[in-house]
Amino acid sequence: MNVLVYLVPMALLLGLTGLAAFLWSLKTKQYEDLEGAAWRALNDAPPPPDTDKK
Amino acid sequence: MAETLDLSVFVKRTGELAHMDLAVEGVGCAGCIRKIETGLKQLPGVVDARLNFTNRRLAVDWRPAELEASAVVDALERIGYHAHPFEPQRAESDEAVTARALLKALAVAGFAAMNIMLLSVSVWSGNVSDMTQETRDFFHWLSALIALPAATYAGQPFFHSAWRALRTRALNMDVPISLGVLLALGMSLYETATHAQHAYFDSAVMLLFFLLCGRYLEHAMRQRTRAVAGNLAALKAEVAHRFDAGGEVVMVPAAALAPGDRLLVRPGERVPADGMVISGASAIDESLVTGETVPRKVTAGATIYTGSLNHSGALTMRVTAAGSGTLLDEVERLLEKAASARSRYLRLSDRAARLYAPLVHATAALTLLGWLVAGASIHDSIITAIAVLIITCPCALALAIPTVQVVASGALFRSGVILNTGDAVERLAEADTVIFDKTGTLTLPEPRVENVEVFEPELLEQAARLALTSRHPLAQALAREARLRAPIAGAVEEPGQGVRALIDGSEARLGSAAFCGASDAPDLQADVSSIVFTHAGRRAVFAIKQRLRADAATVVRALAAAGLDVRILSGDRASAVAPVAAALGVTNWLGGLKPADKIAAIEALKRDGRRVLMVGDGLNDAPALASAHISMSPISAAHIAQTHADAVFLGERLMPVLQAVSTARRARRLMQQNLWLAVIYNAIAVPIAIAGLVTPLIAAAAMSGSSILVTLNALRVRGRAPATREPAP
Repeated sequence: MNVLVYLVPMALLLGLTGLAAFLWSLKTKQYEDLEGAAWRALNDAPPPPDTDKK
Repeated sequence: MAETLDLSVFVKRTGELAHMDLAVEGVGCAGCIRKIETGLKQLPGVVDARLNFTNRRLAVDWRPAELEASAVVDALERIGYHAHPFEPQRAESDEAVTARALLKALAVAGFAAMNIMLLSVSVWSGNVSDMTQETRDFFHWLSALIALPAATYAGQPFFHSAWRALRTRALNMDVPISLGVLLALGMSLYETATHAQHAYFDSAVMLLFFLLCGRYLEHAMRQRTRAVAGNLAALKAEVAHRFDAGGEVVMVPAAALAPGDRLLVRPGERVPADGMVISGASAIDESLVTGETVPRKVTAGATIYTGSLNHSGALTMRVTAAGSGTLLDEVERLLEKAASARSRYLRLSDRAARLYAPLVHATAALTLLGWLVAGASIHDSIITAIAVLIITCPCALALAIPTVQVVASGALFRSGVILNTGDAVERLAEADTVIFDKTGTLTLPEPRVENVEVFEPELLEQAARLALTSRHPLAQALAREARLRAPIAGAVEEPGQGVRALIDGSEARLGSAAFCGASDAPDLQADVSSIVFTHAGRRAVFAIKQRLRADAATVVRALAAAGLDVRILSGDRASAVAPVAAALGVTNWLGGLKPADKIAAIEALKRDGRRVLMVGDGLNDAPALASAHISMSPISAAHIAQTHADAVFLGERLMPVLQAVSTARRARRLMQQNLWLAVIYNAIAVPIAIAGLVTPLIAAAAMSGSSILVTLNALRVRGRAPATREPAP
C-alpha cells in the first residue's frame, strides 16, 4: 500500500488544479457571455489590435 | 434631431475614464458583435467596447475629454442599432453577486464530492475484500480533511438561511438540511476517531452538491428573466425636453428629471413625468393612467400624469412630486396599504418543510428511544437515530419544487411571460378568478383604425403612407395600416391641423375635418376619434378607437373553460365597457371604477376565499395589482403597474395569460407529484434506517437516485407547452 503515499496526494492535487482552474475562469468573467463566445468564434476578421491589452 | 441628448446620469466616471452600459436592440448574429465593437472602437476616445451577447448589453469605456456620451449612442444609430443607456437595478446586481457565490460554492462542493467519492468507493470495496484497518482509517481521515472545510464553505447558503428562519422561530427547508449535514459530518468524525467501518462524509457533501445545483439553476433563471426585463425597461425609456436655465430646450432621459424641472411636451409625445401644466392647451389621452379612452382637455393649472399621450398642442409643464389630493397621491397611499395587507405568502416548499421537519425529528427521536428500550447500547442507538436523519435529509424534497419552478419559468419565458417573483408560478396555479382591466389590457395599448374594410385598398394605402410623415397619435394609428412603410415625399405638416402633400400631381390632405374641408363629416361616438383624408375629390373618414386584442375572445373563453371566473373591472365609463364585455361574453363587469373601488372589489372576493389573478396595465391598476393574489401586466403597462405585477407579458396577444395559467397549473401538479415521490422514497428508506441497516453505500445510492428522479420529473413541465418564439430582448 506504499503506492498510496504518492497516488493520493496526486489525485488531490489534480482535483485542486481543476477547482482552481474553474475559479479562475469564473473570476475572469468567462461565464458572463456564453452565447457571445460561441458567435465570436465565427468571426473571420482578426481581432482588432487593441483588444489584447486591457 | 438637432438637440443633443444629455446622458450624464448614466455615465460612471473612474479617474480619466467614463463608463456606460447600454441595452442594444436588434443584435442577432456574430456580424453584429463585430460591427458594433469595431464601429465604436473607431471613434476617437473610445478605449473599450464589449457587447455581451447573452443579455444584449454593451459596455463602453471612453475618455470623456475627447467624446460626449451621446456621440456613442449616435454612432450606434449610424451603424444601425438602437441603443439605450440604462442603470442596472440594485436587485439585479445583488442577484449577480449571489449567483457568483452560489457557483463558487457549487464548484467547491463538486470537487469535494468527487474526491471523497473516490476514497469512499475504495473503502466500500475494501470492506468486502482485504483492506486493513489502518488504510481505512487513513482514507476516512483524508475524507474528513476534504469534507469539513468544503462543507463549511459550500454549506453557507443553507446554514445562513436556516439560522435566519430559526431566529424568527420559523421552519424552512434549510433547517432539516443544515441539521442533516452537520449531524452526518459530526457522526462521521466520531466514527472515524473510533475506527468504525462506516463514515458518511460522502453523503453530506453530495447532498450539498445536489442542492446547490438546484439553487444555482433557480438563480440563473431568475437572473436571465431580470436581465430581459431590465433591457425592455431601458429600451422603453422615454426622453424629455427640459428647459435649462437659459430657457433653451435640452433632451434628457426621463430618469434624470427632478421636481421643479420645466418641460416641453410636444404633440404625439408621452408625458415623461407627473406634473402641472404651466402654459399651453391640448387634449391628452389618459388611457394608460385611468383607463378612460376619451381624451381630456387640459389647460394651465391642470395636473397631468406620466404616460399620458399628448394629442393636439404643445404643453409646458412643471415636474411635481405627488401632491396631496392628486390621483398619484391616492394611488401611492393605496399601494402602501395593499403591500402591507398582502399577507406573506407561505411557499409550498416551506409548507412542506413545516410538516416534514417535525415528523423526521420525531421519527429519529423515537428510533433512539426504541433501540434503547430494545436493549441496544447508547452508542448504537444514537448512530441509528442519526442515520435516520441522514437518510431522510430532504434532498429530493428540497429539489422537488425549485427544479419545477426553473423549468416552468423557462417555458413561460419562451412563451413571452417574464416572472418578477420566484413563487409566482405557485400562486398563479391557485388562481380561480381572473379580473381584467379593459383599456390597454383587453384592448390593444394603442388605438387602431376600426373601419379599414370599407375603403379601397389603394386609397387606404395612400392615406397610411401620408400618415407616416406625422407624429400625431391618430396619424400614427392610421400609419400602422401602411403595407409599404415609405412616407410620401414632400409632405408639409400644419401643426395641430394635419399634413398635406402632392400625390400624382394633386393635393392630398390628412387631418382634422376642418383642415380637409370636410366639416359635413358624420359625427362619431365620444370614444371614437376620426381623421379625414382627401385626395382628388375622394374622401375617407377613418374611425380610430381602441380595439380588442386579436385573441381576447378566445383567451377569455378558454380561461372560463379552465374553470376560472372571468370578470372585468375598468376605470373607463360603463358605456365603453359594456360592448367589450358583450363581445367577450363576460357577464360580470363594472365600469367607472376608481383605484380604491378596484381594491374594494378584490378584497370582497378575497373575503369569499377567492384567489384573484389581476391583469391590468394602468397607473390606476397598480394598487389592485399589488393587492391581488397574483398579478400580470402587459409590457406596455405604466411603469408603476409593471413593478407591482408578479409577471409581465410581451406582445400584442393575450395568449400569454392563458399559457401562464396552464403552465403554472401543470407545474403545480408536478410539484405535488415530486413531493409525493419524495414521500415514497422516505417510506422505503426510513424503515431500513430505523432497522439500523443503512450503510453509506445505500445512503449515497438512495440520495442520488431520488434527486435524479425528481429532476427528470420536473422536465415534464415543458412537455406539451407549444414552443412559441423567444421574446426578443
